Amino acid sequence: MTDNRSPTLIAWLQAGPMMLVFGLFFLLPLVFVAVVSFWNYNDYEMIPAFTVRGYTESFSGCLVKLPDLCTLFATYWKTVQICFLVWLLTLLIGFTIAYFLAFHVRSRTWQIALSLLCTIPFWTSNVIRMIAWIPLLGRNGLVNQGLMGLGLVAQPQEWLLYSEFSVVLALVHLFTFFMIVPIFNSMMRIDRSLIEAAYDAGASGWQTLWNVVIPLCKPGIVIGSIFVITIVMGDFITVGVMGGQQIASVGKLIETRLNALQFPPAAANAVLLLGLTALIIGVLSRLVDVRKEL
Amino acid sequence: MHEGRSTSFYLLAAFFAAYVLFLYGPMIAIFVLSFQGPQGGLTFPMNGVSLHWFQRVFAGNGTVDIGSAFERSLALGLTVMLLTVAMSVAAGMAFRKRFAGSSILFYAAIASLIVPSIVTSLGIALEFHLIDDAIQKFLFPRWQTGMGLFTSGLGAHLTWTLPFGLLIMFAIFNRFDGRLEEAARDLGATPWQTFRHVVLPIILPSVVGIGLFGFTLSWDELARSSQTIGAVNTLPLELQGLTTTVTKPDIYALGTLTTAVSFLVIGTSLAVILLLQWRQQRRGSDAGKGMV
Repeated sequence: MTDNRSPTLIAWLQAGPMMLVFGLFFLLPLVFVAVVSFWNYNDYEMIPAFTVRGYTESFSGCLVKLPDLCTLFATYWKTVQICFLVWLLTLLIGFTIAYFLAFHVRSRTWQIALSLLCTIPFWTSNVIRMIAWIPLLGRNGLVNQGLMGLGLVAQPQEWLLYSEFSVVLALVHLFTFFMIVPIFNSMMRIDRSLIEAAYDAGASGWQTLWNVVIPLCKPGIVIGSIFVITIVMGDFITVGVMGGQQIASVGKLIETRLNALQFPPAAANAVLLLGLTALIIGVLSRLVDVRKEL
Repeated sequence: MHEGRSTSFYLLAAFFAAYVLFLYGPMIAIFVLSFQGPQGGLTFPMNGVSLHWFQRVFAGNGTVDIGSAFERSLALGLTVMLLTVAMSVAAGMAFRKRFAGSSILFYAAIASLIVPSIVTSLGIALEFHLIDDAIQKFLFPRWQTGMGLFTSGLGAHLTWTLPFGLLIMFAIFNRFDGRLEEAARDLGATPWQTFRHVVLPIILPSVVGIGLFGFTLSWDELARSSQTIGAVNTLPLELQGLTTTVTKPDIYALGTLTTAVSFLVIGTSLAVILLLQWRQQRRGSDAGKGMV
């Protein structure tokens, strides 16, 4: 190995373009968000003068109103509720699907084919996958037609679409994939002889699942959870489209401010959201070393 | 170990089938409904079968210019795809050596993947607003904006596609046998020759995979585009706008067309990947297989 050019320099040149993109379009923007969240503003521009107005306005009435929740707290509470529900459902469904693929599908070809079947929708448009629920859940949709045909309900059910129900349904529909992949990945690394050993030692199927498989899948579960939770916490599109623009979410709070071109309060809300997500990730990632899992 | 299938297999298989139905069922419904007759509505039953709504989309239904949104998304998607492949492969190679800042880059990529899109989008929009203000104040008073499809929009999309590209490269090189490169070097190949004739052919199927991620993630991107795309709209943004205004099946026709493009790209990529793998196996080393 007598390359006279320094390997470090080459590595820098190779990684440089990507560093530049993340620097310019990710790290620097985050700095701007943090800085601008402390700026003042009026109806048509932001004013570079230090103030905590963006934050105080967001929290306005929060202390006075207690024990009732102010808009901000109510919105966060609603978002956390939806997030928890989606997390629980995607975890249960994702784990079951991954378990089936990893332990019950025996041929490699079938495993690839079935994984691909789960992956393909991920490469198609989220908006389309949301719209796709309209013919099923709408007022005259298939579900209502079916329910009325069976005589179970007399009136078309309104809560099926543009409701919290449809928001959760769509989020689960869109993002279970993010649970399946890391959990499946963890499961494929489990040494099959461990399962044999558990079986030989007299463990029942459930005992093996609970005491062997789940602990060894922990990294995958944590990574999947981080993905789903961060996506749902910041979501404003699914909540917007599937909630008929009627349901509040933390992401929509930011979007509303942005549409009014009020950058400082939007940035303040973004900082709050980022803080909460970082907190959740911090707690979750204490459970696992992400870098070892690639 | 090949005993008969257990009950749990059938239960899990049924669950899997139900999940696949849940995944694809609604989409199939809108594909069918996009062929609704001219009098048909947004829900079943079908009121005849026609291409009426596709014609309306192609003719432009007056409200939005779907054709140019389509072209914009396509151009942006292809650009993002090429840049994602080039940058990911290069950075993937870099990560095989030690270099200062490698862990910063790694954590930046992971963070870019999990920081909520609305925050990244807001940040980029802010950045461009501030740069615009600065240019107007200090350089050109008549400057409009630097924000656009191929500046802020492209950057926003790359923050979403590059992490996927980098992670795929990590997965590739975790399984890569470095002795192949050593052998090439020992035989006198230059670093570029080693990459071009040894490394690249081996990793090519996965590189096509990165391209697939790059294009489809950009083609369908919505959250990051929302604040960063400037005056014009991409196709997903137009579609999102239509969800609140359109009450006719043309939105389904548009959805079917968008999905058809996605499927075309997915199908082509998978075919290319399979072809490359097949060629690799056929033309691969015959060491240990031939005559002794």
